[in-house]
Amino acid sequence: MRKIWDIPGGVHPPENKAQSTARAIGAVALPREITLPLNQHIGAEALAVVDVGERVLKGQVVAKAQGLVSAPVHASTSGTVSAIGERPIPHASGLSARCIVIAVDGEDEWTTLAPCEDYLSLDKLTLLEKIRRAGLAGLGGAGFPTAVKLNPRADQKIHTLILNGTECEPYITADDMLMRERADEVIAGALLFAHLLDQPSTIVVGIEDNKPEAIAAMRRAARGSAVEIATFPTKYPSGGEKQLIQILTGAEVPSGGIPAQLGMVVQNVGTAVAAYRAARFGEPLISRVTTVVGESLAKQGNIEVLLGTPIDHVLAEHGFARERCAKLIIGGPMMGYAMARTDIPVVKTTNCILAPSLEESPAPSPAQPCIRCGMCAQACPASLLPQQLFWFAQAEEIDKLQAHHLFDCIECGACSYVCPSNIPLVQYYRASKGIIRQLEADKQKSDRSRQRFEFRQARIAKAEAEKEAKRQARKKAAEEAKKQLARARDTDPGTLQQKDIATLKKRLAAAEEKFAEAEQAGAPTAEALQRGVEKLRARLQTAQRQGTAANPDSEVRARAESTSESAAQLAIEKAQAKAAALAAMPEEDKARAQIAALESRLDKAKQRLAAAERENSEHITAFKASVEKLESKLREVSA
Amino acid sequence: MPLPRPTSPHAHTAGDTGSVMRQVILACIPGVAALTLYFGLGILVNILLCALFCLAFEAATLALRRRAIAFTLRDCSALVTAVLLGIALPPYAPWWLLAVGCCFAIVVAKQLYGGLGCNPFNPAMVGYVVLLISFPVEMTQWLAPRGFSADGAGLLQGLGQVFLQTPLAQIDGYTAATPLDVVKQNKALLLEDLYRQEPVLSLGRWAGAGWEWANLGFLAGGLYLLTRRVFTWHAPVSMLATLSLLAALFYDGGSSASPGSPLFHLLSGGTMLGAFFIATDPVSSAVSKKGRLVYGALIGVLIYVIRVWGNYPDAVAFAVLLMNFAAPFVDYYTLPRPYGHAKAGSGRVKTP
Repeated sequence: MRKIWDIPGGVHPPENKAQSTARAIGAVALPREITLPLNQHIGAEALAVVDVGERVLKGQVVAKAQGLVSAPVHASTSGTVSAIGERPIPHASGLSARCIVIAVDGEDEWTTLAPCEDYLSLDKLTLLEKIRRAGLAGLGGAGFPTAVKLNPRADQKIHTLILNGTECEPYITADDMLMRERADEVIAGALLFAHLLDQPSTIVVGIEDNKPEAIAAMRRAARGSAVEIATFPTKYPSGGEKQLIQILTGAEVPSGGIPAQLGMVVQNVGTAVAAYRAARFGEPLISRVTTVVGESLAKQGNIEVLLGTPIDHVLAEHGFARERCAKLIIGGPMMGYAMARTDIPVVKTTNCILAPSLEESPAPSPAQPCIRCGMCAQACPASLLPQQLFWFAQAEEIDKLQAHHLFDCIECGACSYVCPSNIPLVQYYRASKGIIRQLEADKQKSDRSRQRFEFRQARIAKAEAEKEAKRQARKKAAEEAKKQLARARDTDPGTLQQKDIATLKKRLAAAEEKFAEAEQAGAPTAEALQRGVEKLRARLQTAQRQGTAANPDSEVRARAESTSESAAQLAIEKAQAKAAALAAMPEEDKARAQIAALESRLDKAKQRLAAAERENSEHITAFKASVEKLESKLREVSA
Repeated sequence: MPLPRPTSPHAHTAGDTGSVMRQVILACIPGVAALTLYFGLGILVNILLCALFCLAFEAATLALRRRAIAFTLRDCSALVTAVLLGIALPPYAPWWLLAVGCCFAIVVAKQLYGGLGCNPFNPAMVGYVVLLISFPVEMTQWLAPRGFSADGAGLLQGLGQVFLQTPLAQIDGYTAATPLDVVKQNKALLLEDLYRQEPVLSLGRWAGAGWEWANLGFLAGGLYLLTRRVFTWHAPVSMLATLSLLAALFYDGGSSASPGSPLFHLLSGGTMLGAFFIATDPVSSAVSKKGRLVYGALIGVLIYVIRVWGNYPDAVAFAVLLMNFAAPFVDYYTLPRPYGHAKAGSGRVKTP
């Protein structure tokens, strides 16, 4: 016998399990429409791989997994994809999400599956891939992709595999009935998991002692295998993953950690059956056992229901009397969430549809002030102080909430259940967690933008400094050069004069040569060139004259004058040469060149206008006017 | 029409704050019965008048604060305060004394802080201490344990004191020192002789006539509340344990300077009332189990210290109020170790 540990806290709400265990697992008729949310698991949304109008077969992949922590979605019956878009889904938020809607054709035609008799002889990667492709996600309620859990990190050797058949929530009996009716498949699934996890030394199925039939069936099925069936006293929330680990092993999952860190893996019994069926028969996860219960129903029990079946269809098949219904709860009364509408589909995590009557689940009494009686602290399985958390949550004292370990709260609801003041404690914790998460996200974001800003400032400052340094260096060099020049002139003004004269002589020679060439060719530029030559000659004479003068000051001035003069001269010469070249051109060529020049200018102007429009600059009108002007000019010229 | 969407959990235990408070009042019955049996109907008159005053003050302040009056009065917390205050005050206390006490308890100590759940101090004890400090003469006129049968004429005279200001002290044999007083004032006699000589002690079995039975009555009521899980055992047990321990340490075999035996201290004055009905007041006490152990133990220490070395014969009210001050501090350092944490840590916010 395995040693059973106790967990702190816990409550004993009325079990209400008998209503749904009287009948064997049943079924409902095929609905007319199936709605498959793309995200029925924890992780990234699946990606639709079918189009509207496409016919799909039962078991066919309609959306593939995106990334590692994700799961594909399969058509749960044959039909035609009628829509892909937002539909209301069962989620605590009450929001809609992307779904694939299939109009059911009623033929329930299977796609071809790949069964495997001897699946345990397959290598692990192939088996794991089979499970991943089957779209398995934890059926206990959280919906974590199964294959990810079965593939722990290399440094985390799994020594204990726990199958969770606790089902501590009142009303829910889906796992109970599954274990009663399909114990062999549960054990086969457990052995499959053990095979994938390199045969952990302990394989144990934990079941609360309020399920004697399930325990007996499981014991029978486990006889002769390595699987151990452990039973323990009924207490809510023994079925929480962390709590079950504590009950069966005495160990505690470190805060913020996962069981694999302790060398343990916990899987739900329903997941084990689904994994077995995926490995043995190649069946993807397209249906699950769900408890349909509550006094507003004429018929209560468990059904094996196709994923995507609308809940109103399920309710209608169970004789739902809406006027008697207090609320519709997806999940159990402790942790399930109420939904405002019934046109939502059954998904992978829907373990219970609870439609209690008004007498069965009266509206909550108004909250009274907290008297810190501490009943919540006695009920808390995580050994927190819910009454303190409540005060801090009311005051939004974030740091104190964290110092009192708000994030170790598993939201089991035991505190709210016992609170004599009827305070919706869990809701306060959920809201506070939301606020803290939001604040942390905001802080990260602002940290990042602050860093970005600081880096930018630093970068700009650095560039400025570099520029400034260069400027200083240039200034210094210029001053240095000036000084040198002055020194040179002071020491030997004659040499400089000589240099000037030499340059002028050189230029004169070149100009004379050009002029001679032009004259020979009879070009119209000849005249202009001649004028240039004459000017150069005159300047050379002045320079030579000045060179003989003794005053160095007047020399410098004269030189400055002569250089600026010569620059202007050069520009004039250039323009004149251009005009001459144009004049020398034949009329047609001239027009063509002009058109080409105008076209290139127009192009440039257009580009500028486009850029201005992009930036929404204030100069748009000016650019526009210039473009128009150029266009009209171009028209004129080409006409 | 959409279905309602309340948040989880959707199940809830039956009962409310009022039912908890009514159980506390119910649990006072044995103690009050014992007091009535020994000291006459005065204690019931006290309780009735206090209830009247407390409810009136509560309703009036709620009206001023614009809160739901009927809904709030139904939580019965004002009644609990009234009962505790009525028990703590001398029987047949003058009506104005009760009114002042109730006013302080309800208006100042409770409603001004924000009403039920927000008061840092136990309202009944605040009311009691205000009266003890302001009106020491009226507050120390405790009746002699004349027995219920002898109270026939006493009721009229008692009501005379309540409404007409004719002090019972003027009538011979009506008032007497309490056992705690007697032992405290004793300087000359061995405890053994004192027990033989003083009628209030000699009529009793362990700790003085009437008082021991009243204490046993409150002990019984407290045990009832424990079985109903209205509070945990931590504060009362640690308080009684430290009180007994200190009494045993300083007992010195019953000399003339002895402050009394552990049994004497356990069954005298307000010990059991304090342990099970005052120290367990959840609003003003420490919150965790560990915290309540510390809180109770320190109350026990303070009770003994004030009783033996202080100026007042009894000390439950002072001890509880002093520890009310310290409760938030105790809370910081007595957090339970949460699941998945190696250490309990403290609730103090670490400022970087």
